[in-house]
Amino acid sequence: MPKTILTRMGDGERVHMSLSEIRDELQKGTENAVDMARIPALPDDDIEHLLDIIAEPGRVVSVPHGHELIVTDDGMAECFSGTEADGGSGVSISRQASVLSYERGLAADTGSIGHTDYSFKPVKAVLDVELQAYHQISLLTTAPLFYGSQPNMGQYFQPDGPFPNPVDLMPAGKIKEAQAAQEEAAAQLCDDMVYIGKEFNAMGCEGFNFDTAGSSGDAEFYATLEAARQLKEHAPHMALIIGMASEFVLGMHGEIAFDGQQLAGLFPHDQVKLAESVGADIFGPAINVDTSKSFPWNLAKALTMITETVKRADIPVHPNVGMGVCGIPMLLQVPIDCVSRVSKALTLIGKADGL
Amino acid sequence: MPITHIVAAGMGGIRTAGDLVAWMQMARRMKLADAKAYVADKLGVDVVDLVDEDVMHPLRKEMGIGTATPMAGGPEGILAKSRVADLLGIEINSVKRFKSRFEK
Repeated sequence: MPKTILTRMGDGERVHMSLSEIRDELQKGTENAVDMARIPALPDDDIEHLLDIIAEPGRVVSVPHGHELIVTDDGMAECFSGTEADGGSGVSISRQASVLSYERGLAADTGSIGHTDYSFKPVKAVLDVELQAYHQISLLTTAPLFYGSQPNMGQYFQPDGPFPNPVDLMPAGKIKEAQAAQEEAAAQLCDDMVYIGKEFNAMGCEGFNFDTAGSSGDAEFYATLEAARQLKEHAPHMALIIGMASEFVLGMHGEIAFDGQQLAGLFPHDQVKLAESVGADIFGPAINVDTSKSFPWNLAKALTMITETVKRADIPVHPNVGMGVCGIPMLLQVPIDCVSRVSKALTLIGKADGL
Repeated sequence: MPITHIVAAGMGGIRTAGDLVAWMQMARRMKLADAKAYVADKLGVDVVDLVDEDVMHPLRKEMGIGTATPMAGGPEGILAKSRVADLLGIEINSVKRFKSRFEK
């Protein structure tokens, strides 16, 4: 074993640490999760296991035979035809060619497509285009195909949308007005998501992904839960994923509740129970990355929260493992040494059902 | 990045039985171990065989449920999914809607 291990910071910068330094970072990372989410720390055995994974000499690491899991995605099946904003390769091929390459050439367990803007509001305006694209591709794919989009409630506020912007109202002391604007926007967003979801179901959609839910806070998470509940009642055979935007629900409204549960401040182990209750089939927790902390610190923190979420979940849990979440460093071209270590750790220690 | 996740920890999609296990998570909300056991039982193989290309490729070909190396006229896409739905005893929305068009 070398005296120092090459690892990285949360922004991807290479650093060398000794084993004892990494162990110390892992302890501090899990303690941060305990402090924030009030959940148990990773046991010592898991810390040592995680240390082994981080210290493995190979640049890319993997799980042993028999421990593989399911990989879902958030539009990355289209990555060949996407551009830098989506982490895409900018190759001038169709969405269909990209998805089929992803399925057959890269051995993905599932695929997905989504609108370039990846938000429900713009999808509504071009719904027929999206339905046709999905329909054509789904005739050719064998693996499950999802349609993904973000609730992205921020697009419903002025100047992009019709409702007063709470970010303008709150500094002016207009708290009630800011809350009312969010409630109105959430109602409109919910209506749009249910409308789009019903159209997708009628076309034959296999899976529908509410991705990055709660990015505009608790009112957006409320709209997502309500839309999921209505869609599951209407379309029981269209699988639903609810994937989160961050580790706890931001209290932009602060008082909004769903089925009596206040949403602001909820961590993944509680978020998953709400997702289950409305009929989500898969839940995707997202644990924030602190770019000023090390990769071991961030991964230990994420694992602590994921482990508790999986323990409490009665549905499959697929942690979000894109750039800047669940230990993956925050940079566009993510180093594969970190990516593969996140894959292995979340599978073997976190007991995730998918990624 | 997704490619690294697929190689490091994924089940292998239609190269092996990853799509089948994914269907069970989607259709029955099965946790990973339960979904693998269910699919292995339906295929008549051991759980460890689900990610073995040497077992799964010929088996998928024999069962007509699609492979990563399709042949012209062979089962792929919606036809393969129709057989997957029958094999696993689940309803796949795209298959159901496709079949319903023949009834009109």
